[in-house]
Amino acid sequence: MKRDRAFWFAAATLAFLALLPVYAALAAQPFYVTLFSRIMVFALAAVGLNLVLGFGGLVSFGHALYIGVGAYSVGILAHHGITNGWVQLVVALAMVALFAAVIGAVVVRTGGMTFIMITLAFAQMGFFLAVSLKQYGGDDGLTIDARSAMGLFDLANNTVLYYVIFASLLLTLYLFHRFINARFGLALRGIKANERRLAALGYPTFRYKLVAYVISAQVCGLAGFWLANLTKFAAPSYMAWTVSGELIVIAVLGGMSSLFGPVIGALVFLLLEEVLSSWKPGIWPAAETLLGNHWLGLIGLFVFTLALFARQGIFGYLAGKKDSAGGH
Amino acid sequence: MSATLVISQLLNGIQLGVLLFLMAAGLTLVFGIMNFVNLAHGSLYMMGAYIAAALVGQGVPFVWAGLGAMAGAALLGFVLERTALAKLYARDHLYQVLATFGLILFFNEVVRYFWGASAVYMDVPAALNGALTFMGINYPFYRFVIIAVGLGVALALYLIIHKTRLGMLIRAGASNADMVGVLGVNIKLLNSAVFALGAGLAGLAGFMAGPILSVQPGMGEPVLILTLVVIVTGGIGSIRGAFLGAIIIGVVDTLGRTFLPIIFSWFLEQSLAQAAGPAVASMLIYLLMAVVLALRPQGLFPVKHG
Repeated sequence: MKRDRAFWFAAATLAFLALLPVYAALAAQPFYVTLFSRIMVFALAAVGLNLVLGFGGLVSFGHALYIGVGAYSVGILAHHGITNGWVQLVVALAMVALFAAVIGAVVVRTGGMTFIMITLAFAQMGFFLAVSLKQYGGDDGLTIDARSAMGLFDLANNTVLYYVIFASLLLTLYLFHRFINARFGLALRGIKANERRLAALGYPTFRYKLVAYVISAQVCGLAGFWLANLTKFAAPSYMAWTVSGELIVIAVLGGMSSLFGPVIGALVFLLLEEVLSSWKPGIWPAAETLLGNHWLGLIGLFVFTLALFARQGIFGYLAGKKDSAGGH
Repeated sequence: MSATLVISQLLNGIQLGVLLFLMAAGLTLVFGIMNFVNLAHGSLYMMGAYIAAALVGQGVPFVWAGLGAMAGAALLGFVLERTALAKLYARDHLYQVLATFGLILFFNEVVRYFWGASAVYMDVPAALNGALTFMGINYPFYRFVIIAVGLGVALALYLIIHKTRLGMLIRAGASNADMVGVLGVNIKLLNSAVFALGAGLAGLAGFMAGPILSVQPGMGEPVLILTLVVIVTGGIGSIRGAFLGAIIIGVVDTLGRTFLPIIFSWFLEQSLAQAAGPAVASMLIYLLMAVVLALRPQGLFPVKHG
């Protein structure tokens, strides 16, 4: 691997994330640990989405579904007294694999516009399924009494949970790095560039796309598993279509052509939401009230502007134009 | 399960279907000609409902409020298309989705700012209120009006697209927009006109749905997603597909919600039927869409080019 600017920038970001709990403890701001845990959960989900979005060219507008499936796996098992985190994790990943394989087998056949619309529709189906599960909270969601019991790792401790999420993000980035530079990843990127050519070369493109779709969903399921643990809650809102939209925003904002872009995107986007929703500079009270109540409108304009002008995302920009072909 | 219940639910399904058609027509035309996916179509529907509710609240007669809603939504669509969205036609679908997603968030806050977060109510005028006795059942007159207006618009669209010069240009634009431009047609103006027409129809749908559903921020999203299901099932880009798809989805969804719990209770025990009935009913149209796509990826009634 060439140690270029992108590499050092990614390394610096990860070092920042590694040291954040230390700073939070010194500054007596335990809130930061929870906030950045949440940011990393969304970073994880967006990295997962970006496997199909950035490298496979499949615009999935329904990946929040898998966050929801992961979260509900924890919630429903905990509801029935199964608190062993490893069991929950295996069940969550298995359920996500099942959902993704069945849905993927339908959606991956299509492309372009149809793909966008039906991934959205399937996620909405999952949303309504969760709402109709009255015995598991229905509309209101399902409160989880305690975080998963994972042996050595005491997840009840926020800092431990933070580092476990951090470790799973690192592991995912490492595995994806190996994956997209392996033969499979090359084939996937080839499909994005020209599917017909890959098919003509004898690649079973349907199977490649389906496997990539399932793996990408798995990572979102893992994010859902952590999100349920972080909030001790599983709700239909985790798979709301706006969450799927936010995941795309995060990936595009950070830069889709790189593995690390979505991590930067999650940091910037969630911090922006945090700042906008609680910003009180104390200069102009009327404007502050307006912003406090309607900051989502500003996010909307931000996303709109991003779509009109963004080409390569923050990380792509920082890494320089030469890196825009993909990889990291 | 009595015959009157079946008939009145069938009518409810058709009524939902024609509303979905008004939404789907604009979306599918915009896609067919400009190759543009407009998620903010639901926001235009919402703006139509709010404009109508505001006008009715000011004492404007119902029909004029409806025309105002259509004109307002069409104007909004025209301005959006001219100022920003037209720039996205040549871009990847991803950026179109992103931009219109941003617009949805923005418009939801706009209505929350002007009208508040709680629902605004809009009454049916006395002339359209009351029930009509039809084949031995009482059915709200207003819903009949919705069905009639929807079918009228469908017929008018059919005539415009197949019998007029504008319709000929629209069909030509759908099969090869560049060629139409080269032949000297102002394709930008045609695009804007189609976009505004679709927006106006969305506004009309919002206005007519206003008195039945509650007018509130975010009301466009559930309808938008149903509309996407409609045009994917019916076949993207086809008006005929949008119409038949809308009626099928409207009827299947409405009948499913009413009768699946009843049917389930014949086979399953009470508690299970009560849990499974609504769950399956809410997923029914998505399952239908999945089956259609698995068997016919291009939709049930695709456009026939040639």
